[in-house]
Amino acid sequence: MRSLLNLRLEARARVPLAMALASPFVAVAFTLLACAGLIVWAGAPVSRAYALLFESAFGSRFAIGETLTRATPLILTGLSCAVAFRAHFYNIGAEGQLYLGALAAVAVGGSAIALPAPILFPLMIAAGMAAGALLLAVPALAKTRLGVDEVVTTLLLNFVALLFVSMMLDGPMKDTTAMGWPQSVPIRPELEFGKLLERSRVHVGLIIAVALALALWVVNVRTTFGYEMRAVGANARAARFAGIPVDSVMLKTALLSGALAGLAGVGEVAGRAGYLTLDMSPGYGYSGIVIAMLAGLNPLGVVLAAVFVAGLIVGADSMSRAVGVPTYLADVIVSVSLLSMLVATMLARYRVRWS
Amino acid sequence: MPPPVLRLSGITKRFGALVANDAISLELASGEVLALLGENGAGKSTLVNILFGHYVGDAGAIEAFGEPLPPGDPASALAAGIGMVHQHFTLGDNLSVLDNVLLGTEKLWRPFSRRREARARLTEISKQFGLTVDANARIADLSVGERQRVEILKALYRGARILILDEPTAVLTPQESEALFATLKTLVADGLSIIFISHKLDEVLAVSQRIAVLRQGRLVAIRDPAASSKAELAELMVGRRVDAPVRKLTRGVSTPEVLLSVRELTAGGKLTRASFEVRRGEIFGIAGVSGNGQAQLADALCGLLPPAQGEIRIGNRSISPDPHAFVHARVGRVPEDRSSVGIIGDLAIWENAISERYREPRFARTGWLQRDAAKAQAQRIVEQFDVRCSGLDAPAKSMSGGNIQKLILGRALVDDPQIIIASQPTWGLDVGAVSYIHGELLAARERGAAIVLISEDLDELFAIADRIAVMFHGVLSEARDDWTVTQIGLAMAGGAQFAHAQPA
Repeated sequence: MRSLLNLRLEARARVPLAMALASPFVAVAFTLLACAGLIVWAGAPVSRAYALLFESAFGSRFAIGETLTRATPLILTGLSCAVAFRAHFYNIGAEGQLYLGALAAVAVGGSAIALPAPILFPLMIAAGMAAGALLLAVPALAKTRLGVDEVVTTLLLNFVALLFVSMMLDGPMKDTTAMGWPQSVPIRPELEFGKLLERSRVHVGLIIAVALALALWVVNVRTTFGYEMRAVGANARAARFAGIPVDSVMLKTALLSGALAGLAGVGEVAGRAGYLTLDMSPGYGYSGIVIAMLAGLNPLGVVLAAVFVAGLIVGADSMSRAVGVPTYLADVIVSVSLLSMLVATMLARYRVRWS
Repeated sequence: MPPPVLRLSGITKRFGALVANDAISLELASGEVLALLGENGAGKSTLVNILFGHYVGDAGAIEAFGEPLPPGDPASALAAGIGMVHQHFTLGDNLSVLDNVLLGTEKLWRPFSRRREARARLTEISKQFGLTVDANARIADLSVGERQRVEILKALYRGARILILDEPTAVLTPQESEALFATLKTLVADGLSIIFISHKLDEVLAVSQRIAVLRQGRLVAIRDPAASSKAELAELMVGRRVDAPVRKLTRGVSTPEVLLSVRELTAGGKLTRASFEVRRGEIFGIAGVSGNGQAQLADALCGLLPPAQGEIRIGNRSISPDPHAFVHARVGRVPEDRSSVGIIGDLAIWENAISERYREPRFARTGWLQRDAAKAQAQRIVEQFDVRCSGLDAPAKSMSGGNIQKLILGRALVDDPQIIIASQPTWGLDVGAVSYIHGELLAARERGAAIVLISEDLDELFAIADRIAVMFHGVLSEARDDWTVTQIGLAMAGGAQFAHAQPA
């Protein structure tokens, strides 16, 4: 019996560097091409739609400011996923860790604790990171101790975390002055992140995120912990044989990943809103997965990929207002770019042969 | 002379830059055993995979019984009467012999399988060729030799007139191999034709009518076994003269100290109460058919598998089951599965060179990896152990199997270990690499290391081990230095080890 499509994949002995670098760009180009069809379907001119998208994302000081503001949590969730994925720990729960981090930040920063701001500020950040880390510690322990699949547990914990936050916002942490909206009490004004640019919402969180990307890159290639994470991710059996403590590396990686996502939540509260609502994140945690993949799990690449995705989100808003293409196009583009990236990675690693 | 049953003409297959088969033309006569001899990587498997339709050749044609065979189609190869027995069996362990034989032979839309007729036919075939197997037995309960019989029966049941056997003796005891050779004789007497793939010279000389030697993808010679010799075949196969490393017997001290002692070791649900001692300057061989508990013993001796009972002592200290502790106690370890346990393929060669020791102060300072020291260590290994690679930064998986093994061996030996645990160290390597690795193990023995060599290859054990013990069903026999091939074969089959080797 013959299959209809007779193609085979042959692994390349070594992935050419040029190919590895080019694959995200090829993937993005293909994505824009494929999504052009949807724009046509929506009855809008393709070139004008993309021009508008680009312009409203990067075309002015205001646009760039907006894009960078959006990119800040995305860099952190992207790093969260990249770190975990590199060690083959598939954290799909950055969204939940982000919300729990934000909740912890509000709990510390909005509380009546009578501590001076310079002490409370680091406490607030530490609390957010610890909350994210603790939420991820549960699936990490379940995986290393009991062999429970972390994709399922981290994904499902998102809903647990969100419902918990919802409960807190409607209960003990509710802002009673907010006209009945489920919204938390605000954090103290002196705990808010400083603004980087005048007349924009860009805040210090961006610098923290970029600095962390750099730091993680250095950790990855220069430290024993980075070596352990890469070894465990590339081949856990061989790592165990060599005497690398696989389970403890996995757990440490998970704590780091959860802390990064928690920090993204702190940044959104302290840098942007000042308080927590249930619609604070339009899926930053899930976008982090796409960003990590687009970046090839490289921390520096995460910064670029996060700016790209942020630009799409910001740009798609204005584009939809101007030419009437639904904003959902941004979601479609982000999703298609993930799929294209996966295919591009595969094509870089394998040679396709038709027979 | 009757026309050939199989004719391969100009078969060529490339994988990237590698030419796996280079214009190979070959004929198989009716009632003949043709041996395909060559090192690993010479192109034997590629050739038979093209013949059987697993691969599509880049050029060339195949004719079976005078009819052209369409490329890339195993179903038509089966229909043309070609049967294949793979080195790694393709049987469903949880099914019966009959089910395995029937699998894939019946139409999917037939509501009931005709088991009664099938059973009758299977019985008839097994009687005709002396391949006795209980049709109702579950595959999981059969020995390796019996499983191979099922594979052959499977091919015969489908009406194979040409049988391809890929390294059929690799997993058998000497006695099982003899039985297989007898079966092959009855098969050819009945008019079947056989292609027998091997790299073992003795076997090839014993069973075949013609020997085709492959080297680097080319057919370099066809020889008549009656007019050839082991030396000639070895030279044809390798392309140059090969001298096996010679063991110098320099046992000066009469009772050298015991470096490794294993007492009543039970582990992994398979290994039961193994006890032995290995002394300074000794190679202790462990023989046995695969799956008899050697893997568990090797894992325990590498610190991967905690003992359920008993203990392992290094020198006079008990050691805890932790790979790191073993490395620290100067145990050099060579795992069985070199590419998925021995190395981390995606990491660079230099990173693999220090994977067991990256926490030592010379490679790490306050959490920072000392890249220069690590690369210097890797360079030492690469130079000292002749590892061929395209640079220390290349991923380890980019190397050939032989070079991967040299890197692993180098990593184990470079810091002068007092104990070496080597598990199947030469499995699947070419003759040159095998003799290199034997040479290094013998050199380590000269330096006074105590070496445990776990191997399924009896030739290897007889060549370099000082004493050999046999594993069967998780039980380790008494170690002896005077086994004959017959005795050790019986012990591997679980027969005679108690009669012969029980301590008085």
